[in-house]
Amino acid sequence: MRDADGDEVAIAVEGLVKTYGELRAVDGVGFTVHRGEFFGILGPNGAGKTTTLEIVEGIRQADAGTVRLLGQSPWPRNPALLPRIGVQLQASSFFDKLTAREQLQAFGALYGVSARRAVELLDVVGLADKANTPESELSGGQRQRLSIACALVHDPEVVFLDEPTAALDPQARRNLWDLLRGIQSGGVTVVYTTHYLDEAEALCDRVAIMDGGRILALDSPAALVRALDAPTRVALPTRILDAATARGLDGADQVTEGGDEVEISTRHPARLLTQLAERDRLDGVSVRTATLEDVFLHLTGRAYRA
Amino acid sequence: MRDTGMSESTGPGTETGTDSRGTGTGTETGPGTETGPGTETGTGSRGTAAGGRPVAASAWTQLRTLALAMLRGFFRDRTALFFTFFFPLMFLVVFGLIFRDSGTSATTIAVAGQGPILDRLPAQVLKQQRFPDADAAIAKVRSGDLPAALIEDGNSLTLRFAASDQVKAAQLQGIVQAVVGEANIAASGRPPTFSLSAAQVEDRDLKAIQFLTPGILSWGVATSAAFGAALTLVSWRRKQLLRRIRLSPAPVWAVVGARVGVSLVVALVQAAVFVALAITPPFGLRLSHQWWLAIPLLILGTLAFLSIGLLVGAVAKTDEAASAMANFIVLPMAFLSGTFFDISQAPAWLRSFSKVFPLRWMNDGMLDVLGRGKGVQAVLAPSAVLIGFTLVVGFIATRLFRWDDA
Repeated sequence: MRDADGDEVAIAVEGLVKTYGELRAVDGVGFTVHRGEFFGILGPNGAGKTTTLEIVEGIRQADAGTVRLLGQSPWPRNPALLPRIGVQLQASSFFDKLTAREQLQAFGALYGVSARRAVELLDVVGLADKANTPESELSGGQRQRLSIACALVHDPEVVFLDEPTAALDPQARRNLWDLLRGIQSGGVTVVYTTHYLDEAEALCDRVAIMDGGRILALDSPAALVRALDAPTRVALPTRILDAATARGLDGADQVTEGGDEVEISTRHPARLLTQLAERDRLDGVSVRTATLEDVFLHLTGRAYRA
Repeated sequence: MRDTGMSESTGPGTETGTDSRGTGTGTETGPGTETGPGTETGTGSRGTAAGGRPVAASAWTQLRTLALAMLRGFFRDRTALFFTFFFPLMFLVVFGLIFRDSGTSATTIAVAGQGPILDRLPAQVLKQQRFPDADAAIAKVRSGDLPAALIEDGNSLTLRFAASDQVKAAQLQGIVQAVVGEANIAASGRPPTFSLSAAQVEDRDLKAIQFLTPGILSWGVATSAAFGAALTLVSWRRKQLLRRIRLSPAPVWAVVGARVGVSLVVALVQAAVFVALAITPPFGLRLSHQWWLAIPLLILGTLAFLSIGLLVGAVAKTDEAASAMANFIVLPMAFLSGTFFDISQAPAWLRSFSKVFPLRWMNDGMLDVLGRGKGVQAVLAPSAVLIGFTLVVGFIATRLFRWDDA
């Protein structure tokens, strides 16, 4: 199956609806994922990310809409399709009391993967020295690596990762990025959900931002940021530049003063920075452009949701 | 980064030839389930030219994998091991030692003096506790510690008994009378005119260990089968392991089959350990020569309680709830089915009522073949009941089965 641009399609979703009682958990979701793409689904808690993923994987039946996963329907349970997809679930779904190696071998055997091949994968995810460590004694990051290895053990064509970096410390998270990039460069299509926008920006070819069961925006992170058309913010310590001087600068749309810092909002960063350079006022400057996070907050609102 | 070993096949349809994924025949993977030509695009990246690419796992391999994972987990779980093996043994030790001298096998009486009659008293029926003189022996009876005192002094015998147990007193009198009569005939030097030969038909009143072993063993096996199935199901569901397996090509029956296999292995090991202890001298279980008939009963009993466990596991949401529900079902059943006592001594209403419990039938069957030495016919009715129970409860369990919490 190919789309209009001639790219091969791994997943095609159209008009997906799933209702739980009064709640429309998924409300008309549609998207396409190309082969070899790293596709992210972002959204606050309860946005419908996991439900969408579950329907695409074939765990749940949609109330309406169609899903084509590698050209086939995942529902009802499709044993022909299952060996071609890999999944990593939110809970750490491991067998009780098995070592890292045994976990991998057990999952591998479900797919007919040899024990030796399973062990090789420990190396790929950097757990070779933890082969004989019980899963329960691994650190959070190591456990996620093992979980991802278990999802990859049978060389799937598409892998679904549900918040693989949740609850990890920053180092472990960064470590995992390399692994995730490696998966994609091996030709695997990756679909993943996350809370971390910096991560999505760094990893994803395209992201879908969901809220309230709908997709609010879908594009590459860079395109989404561009579309936001947000001003650039230039910040300087007050001892370098006071607010009054800042307001007098050409291109300073808005100036706010807070603590020991002045922040200038501008649509013309080059002009503004040139003036600052001419006056030798660039010590301690920080320039911030919009990020995916700004796009996200712009789309989903800033209201705190428990 | 090609060395992640991910799938390199990108052409359309290159993978679809491999879809005979083992759910069908149950045979080992044969030729033809191997991936079709052209799917391997390069060999260097993976380092395993042969055997690297997964072939379709047969359902049998999947079942074995799951069973092995469960068994490993079980034998590494100290709590599970304790409750499966040690806990029932504790009951055997406690009850076995408490009831060791009970039963109707032998009565101890006080004796004083000596002579041919005391020597001839049948030791398997009467045990003798020796006292220095008649007064000391009688005092022991008076205090209620022993039922009777027998004093032999030359040719005269005196039997003094407590009035509290008339039946036992009459039995003792009868035994002593018979021995005295025999001795008189022997002393007369003439052959006896009449002769009586008596032989035991069956061990109607059992030594405690003979009913305790089958009872506690049945209970132990039943408990671990029910708990094992219930807790596996609930914890695997809670950890989303069930969902993970559902997203693999393994068929449902491989998951259930693995649990059944593990429960059977555990039950047979349990039985072996249990009986091995019970036949040691402190307990003194005597196995009948038909003991092997207990094996089919163990298997069927395990299946019956496994179905209870699967039902509990289907309904319960947390480990704690599963544990409480399994206890609520199995424990009262154990008390009412004669696990810790001889059910044939229980009131008639209880004997009839307890027949609704599968554990009662398992108990009865095990008791008959392990303790009473009965043959194949003793196994038939319990087997039929256990099979029926398994089918009915197992069917309900499959109806209520859920892969996920939500």
